[in-house]
Amino acid sequence: MKTNDSLKLHYEVSGDDFISAGIASSRVKNKLKQIGYPPIAIRKVAVAMYEAEINMVIHANGGTIDVDINSERIKVILKDIGPGIPDIEKAMQEGFSTATDEIRELGFGAGMGLPNIKSYTDELKIDTVLGQGTTIEITVYCKS
Amino acid sequence: MTKFFHSVMLEKNKCVGCTNCVKRCPTQAIRVRNGKAVIHSKRCIDCGECIRVCPHKAKKAATKKISIIKDFEYTVAIPDPSLFGQFNNLKDINVVLTAIKKLGFNFVYEASRGAELIMDSIKKLLEENRIRTPIISSACPAIVRLIRLRFPDLCDNVLELEAPMEVTAKLAKDEISEKYGIPFEKIKAVFIAPCPAKVSAVAAPLAKDKSWVDAVISIGDVYPLLISEMSKLSKDDIEDIAKSGSEGIGWGVSSAAARTFFNEKYLAADGIENAIRILEELEEFRIRGIDFIELSACSAGCVGGVMCVENAYVAKAKIHKLMKDLPLFKNSVDGEIPDFLRWEKELEFEPVLKLSEDVGEAIALMDKMDKLYESLPGMDCGSCGAPTCRAFAEDVVMGRAKQNNCIYILKDHIEYVIDTLEDTLKKLKGVTFDDS
Repeated sequence: MKTNDSLKLHYEVSGDDFISAGIASSRVKNKLKQIGYPPIAIRKVAVAMYEAEINMVIHANGGTIDVDINSERIKVILKDIGPGIPDIEKAMQEGFSTATDEIRELGFGAGMGLPNIKSYTDELKIDTVLGQGTTIEITVYCKS
Repeated sequence: MTKFFHSVMLEKNKCVGCTNCVKRCPTQAIRVRNGKAVIHSKRCIDCGECIRVCPHKAKKAATKKISIIKDFEYTVAIPDPSLFGQFNNLKDINVVLTAIKKLGFNFVYEASRGAELIMDSIKKLLEENRIRTPIISSACPAIVRLIRLRFPDLCDNVLELEAPMEVTAKLAKDEISEKYGIPFEKIKAVFIAPCPAKVSAVAAPLAKDKSWVDAVISIGDVYPLLISEMSKLSKDDIEDIAKSGSEGIGWGVSSAAARTFFNEKYLAADGIENAIRILEELEEFRIRGIDFIELSACSAGCVGGVMCVENAYVAKAKIHKLMKDLPLFKNSVDGEIPDFLRWEKELEFEPVLKLSEDVGEAIALMDKMDKLYESLPGMDCGSCGAPTCRAFAEDVVMGRAKQNNCIYILKDHIEYVIDTLEDTLKKLKGVTFDDS
């Protein structure tokens, strides 16, 4: 398998256009289908990236998304200059412990928060600084 | 029959090479090549949109003529429920069914009977928790074909039960054979269809080897014949043939039937573009709390089929009226779901959109495509014969078109050639093409 081929995509996500939110993840999903990535990997990327993209619109007034695809893995970096996540460990747990299914279902789209982004990725890195912004790096492997 | 059979055909002499169909095709399966539309058979889902939009009537569905019944010893007509929405002031579907018999059929079984058996079976599957939800209805063959081409993850959500026409054809043949002692194989089922997708579903079924239906004729073709027969019927002529409840008859229109059946856990969308949007959201887990999803490629449901006569929404209103005084069901499944209702094979994803078998190579091709797309005008004018600049970029990268097929690129080239020529001539003789 060739590994030197890579596809780089860049998207600007507007913070005040909720109607268009989710377009970047939808485009990436359809490109991955044409590339012939396994359906399971495509679903992971589609769900995780959509959720992160929506979060970026709701909480951080938009940002940028960079996608890097090669034959081994897909890497999605979502960068915003929003308020940052105060307690990242707590945010990672909260969805699991406190919010009920009913409350979560009120949310837009998947409405499932960080723990669920994690469950749809093979690797998840979150870099957040209060008052400066958050960078989320999602990795999904082709053969995951 | 190949697995990519399709029933929409082009009458070449009528095609002028305009791009109406190219632009409208939901799977981007059509291109204009050498001045004529060409259908890419692997991508065609037989939704019939191209037939609908063609201003020159150059597209048609490969249906049979009614004269085919002369070739068969015994015939049973299976009218689609959408047929009942085609007539003014119809109060009793027996009038239509009797008229169908007058056309020369030995028996008539409405497809809505099969629809009721299917609904009863779904109910059983849901109660016994034996099925992955949300279930996507398998009634619209264009939708099933769309899913197998574009939505790999949703193939398992498609209801693995036959469509109403199949179930009804089998039911009819079994009953007739038993009651009249006619050998099963001698009875031929002729489906009266609203759309080309049903023609394909019979000629090349996805979930079994051979359809129970033997021929498909178009609602539009039999409509004038039926009107004529119906006008000749006296009250005493009308036979009591119908055995459908409101749920079965409502199957012909979007969201009429199953809504009452599945209550609030039910979603219906009609029109191919709306259906695609629902499938996209389903794929991303954005639709939850729904058990049953009914998608129809045509607006308003099967009454919107391209082979129907009446305006889809008028037909829908007429069907609603017919449903009013009927009991919900007249057909039910006793005990276990019979095998003939079930699919014989699983729906298999067909990755026809894939750029290459090798992921690395596909990525390289995608990169090339993206770069070429950036250099195109982005006007989606269709002059090259492709529906969009992006589709054209794909055609070029895949070797199916040349860059110069884009008139803007061609124009740039011509300008460049003229400029170069002019420069050369200037140098040689001092001649110029300029008016001044």
